[in-house]
Amino acid sequence: MLKISNLEKRYGKNEPVLKGLDLTVDGSSVVSIVGASGAGKSTLLRCINRLVEPTSGRIQLNGLDLVDLRGAELRRARRKIGMVFQGFNLIDRLTVMENVLSGRLGYVSLYRAITRKYPQSDIDRAFHLMERVGIDHYANKRADQLSGGERQRVAVVRALMQEPEILLADEPTASLDPKTSQQIMSLLQALASEMDLPVLINIHNVTQARMYTDRIVGMRHGQMIFDGGPKDFNQDALDAIYGGIESPDEQGQTIETAPAAEGASV
Amino acid sequence: MTEKPSHTVGGQSNRTWKKPPFISNPVVRYSLMAGIAVYLYWAFSSLPFDWARIAEGLPRAGRIFGGAIPPNFERSDLLMKGFKESFQIAFLATLLGVSLSVPIAVMAAKNVAPKPIYLLGRSLIIVSRSFHPVIVAILFVAAVGFGPFAGILTLTLYSIGFVAKLLAEEIEEIDWGQVEAMKSVGAGYFKTLIYGVFPQVLPRQIGLSMYQLDSNLRASAVVGIVGAGGIGGTLMNAFGRYDYDFAFAILLLIIGIILVSEGISGWVRKKIW
Repeated sequence: MLKISNLEKRYGKNEPVLKGLDLTVDGSSVVSIVGASGAGKSTLLRCINRLVEPTSGRIQLNGLDLVDLRGAELRRARRKIGMVFQGFNLIDRLTVMENVLSGRLGYVSLYRAITRKYPQSDIDRAFHLMERVGIDHYANKRADQLSGGERQRVAVVRALMQEPEILLADEPTASLDPKTSQQIMSLLQALASEMDLPVLINIHNVTQARMYTDRIVGMRHGQMIFDGGPKDFNQDALDAIYGGIESPDEQGQTIETAPAAEGASV
Repeated sequence: MTEKPSHTVGGQSNRTWKKPPFISNPVVRYSLMAGIAVYLYWAFSSLPFDWARIAEGLPRAGRIFGGAIPPNFERSDLLMKGFKESFQIAFLATLLGVSLSVPIAVMAAKNVAPKPIYLLGRSLIIVSRSFHPVIVAILFVAAVGFGPFAGILTLTLYSIGFVAKLLAEEIEEIDWGQVEAMKSVGAGYFKTLIYGVFPQVLPRQIGLSMYQLDSNLRASAVVGIVGAGGIGGTLMNAFGRYDYDFAFAILLLIIGIILVSEGISGWVRKKIW
């Protein structure tokens, strides 16, 4: 269970990006976080695995306080938090297998990491997961030779190699074409239920959020302004989240009204 | 929204456009041009060109070049011994310098080193870059005596200065996302370096090493002149004994070797990318 309470993040002396945010995620639910660019979605996810340092507040993962961890403790906690990125963030010049095995870096010794002598159980797990997402035949290919969808699958497998207790996905489909991005979303949905894994997905595509996730959290200006099931996510919620800002989903309709609304909202 | 858009298609058509000048302030621009012109005039008019001496020296130059032709390859054992030593100096110095430059480059890269380490790394690079290899060679020859050891030390330092600086800059420009990904799996500092940083700079490092080997071959001939071993010493002796034909043979061989090594290093750098 992930429990975030009163989370605040401010960069320097600017207006805070997150303003006292509370969020609880239990079980294996797939939660999507929607909101305009700059609403604080990415900062929220990065605070959880401490790629970004929260200014104040508490984040607990299965009872463990994440905010005050340092050094080795922090690294041990990060092992349990898988993350998938918009730009995949694979090690381009290494093979797919090395990328997948790098998900075990938090568990193996430096010597094993350098010599690539990973334990047999890790290699078995790697092949098993690669077969599950259909990339096992690429094991010895260089990661930068794969297509976008395939690379994101490698990234997902890398995260799953960590034996995570939660999976964070920061706009995992934003660099993919519509069809591939649907495949990745449905893969994440399926893996969540197969592995009994809670998944938090930042997403711009509201239609996909409705289709593939159990719960939608809407953010605006660093605050949570919607929390409910896909069925409750109606036009009013959409307007509240994107009001005055064009929604990437409906650019065609909102682009003309945007200048008028801009004056009103400031 | 009151004024009309000014870019009406087919409207006024005799508007002109010129590339804005590099320095926009005309006063600064023209005074800078005038300053350069005045300086050039002063520099050329005050240089002590002694035309009489130059005229006197020309036939002497002719004699030297005349004496150098045809080149004399007779003492090939001496030639080979000198070149062998130069090669050894260049290879060893490149190997040592490149290996040492990796940790120093990591220390001197702002994005992966803490501030005090960064400053230490930068100072190491600045120190090893601040003198020309010839000056360093003079110091090392004084410190450890004549011979190849001084040459190896000199060129090692020279390699560190160059390779570590460029490698540090390369590290500072890596894709940070890969580093973030390694942090997010719980990898520590060294594992993150090995997975998230080194693969990104590896081709550059190999290219730099090839280039440095090339450069060290050239420099090993120069540092030999001040007594740091290798073909440079042989060349100096040949000049000292007015053996211009032998000196010319050495020079030809140096040119040949540099051409070959440049060709090889260029080919390798292209292949590696």
